[in-house]
Amino acid sequence: MTTYYTNEHEWISVDGDVGTVGITKFAAEKLGDVVFVELPDAGKAVKKDADMAVVESVKAASDVYAPVTGEIVEGNAAIVDEPAKVNEDPEGAGWFVKIKLADKGQLSGLMDKAAYDAFCATQ
Amino acid sequence: MSEASAGPLKKTPLHGLHTRLGARMAEFGGYDMPIQYADGIMAEHNWTRANAGLFDVSHMGPSFLALPELGGKTPEECDEAHRKVSALVEKLVPSDITGLAPGKVQLTVLLNENGGIIDDLMIGRPADPARAGMLYIVVNAGTKENDFALIAKAAQGEAELRRADDRALIALQGPKAEEVVAGIFPQAVALTFMNFIRLEHTDYGRVLITRCGYTGEDGFEILVPAEQAEAFANRLLSDDRVRLIGLGARDSLRLEAGLCLYGHDLDETKTPVAASLSWMISKARRERGDFPGAQRILGELKSGVPSKRVGVKPLGRAPAREGTEIQNDAGETIGVITSGGFGPTVNGPVAQGYVDTTYARAGTPVKLLVRGKQLDAEIATLPFVPARYKR
Repeated sequence: MTTYYTNEHEWISVDGDVGTVGITKFAAEKLGDVVFVELPDAGKAVKKDADMAVVESVKAASDVYAPVTGEIVEGNAAIVDEPAKVNEDPEGAGWFVKIKLADKGQLSGLMDKAAYDAFCATQ
Repeated sequence: MSEASAGPLKKTPLHGLHTRLGARMAEFGGYDMPIQYADGIMAEHNWTRANAGLFDVSHMGPSFLALPELGGKTPEECDEAHRKVSALVEKLVPSDITGLAPGKVQLTVLLNENGGIIDDLMIGRPADPARAGMLYIVVNAGTKENDFALIAKAAQGEAELRRADDRALIALQGPKAEEVVAGIFPQAVALTFMNFIRLEHTDYGRVLITRCGYTGEDGFEILVPAEQAEAFANRLLSDDRVRLIGLGARDSLRLEAGLCLYGHDLDETKTPVAASLSWMISKARRERGDFPGAQRILGELKSGVPSKRVGVKPLGRAPAREGTEIQNDAGETIGVITSGGFGPTVNGPVAQGYVDTTYARAGTPVKLLVRGKQLDAEIATLPFVPARYKR
């Protein structure tokens, strides 16, 4: 499994043609305590760089963008029930959705871990 | 308030302390202010409700309005001095400042000629007879230049407005605030809600302590000389019961307490009646009808207002933010959310806004248009969390 990162601070970890998507530790720390998450339903088509989910902290609401085009396979009900999981383990148990990728070629436009860490250092 | 300000951001006397302690800073009211510290908004909010939270509110505008000569030889002369200075600010506010008892502070509003709210502010009458003829006035950060200009103009030639820019204002809020303050200023313990005293402290000099706050909790706002601010804050922080709290938690605390944030819940398009602040308009002032916008406001008191400020409780988990449209069952617009977010003590979303008066009764079901979806909500009694003021 390879993990890729976007400049909107999402990560996508790809296994076959399904990618698990979440927000990065950097993003979770910036947001602060997550109190509400809204996820797309399974079967919904999502488009690369278009808003796909919503994450809200005490202070503000933020969009989460789809890192790739595809179809939602599953949303993580655990973070809807317990939004604090996003802060506890953003790049693990706090994942948002699984997406069936329409075009794996889109992954080449994303950052790897080293590039993303360098990007965060400039933020 | 997020009014853009020209030039570099201003700093409070505690700015260095905030940055050293790892605060996340952002602009507020023209100042570079701590939004949160390492613990985060949720933990800071909960700490304040259970212990004692220390807030730097030095961005606000404390000031003194004083006659050229203060005090009097007799109680009657002191009362006369108070009447004289009160008459100057009563040209701008609808509350009975003349009738304030010595040592009492009052929350009130500056009004424009249409009765719209220019700012909300606190006005206090010193307890000390030697200071009769002086008022302690605290206005909001983002509005203070205009407020001070208005007050100075109303007092022109009669009294001088002295800005307390050489002081820091530090709030200590929460159920353990009294115990902490008792160890430093034992005299302050006897204060009840909305009363203040002035004292001289060997370490911190001239100090003004008001029993009030912006969280719904018991607490104090303490005005200290800027040079002593950091030493004073460190003294408070050396107590295990005290932690620094940023403006993020200050906002969630005040929202749960049903208190207004100027520029959001209050502005010049709203009268005190629409803002559900009619209690500020004292009987004596209603009878005299001598405040700005009196004709309109007295009419509203008699006949009602088309829309008014209410609490709004979203029934699901999704917060409704400022600007969210409030609808009735038929999907017609009946109002708007003016501040909303997540209430950590309520453990759910809380909001306030303005709705058509027909829908303003507590318990009325309404809809909130959040991201294109109608979410269930109901009109709620404010505050969301019961106040714990020491009466």
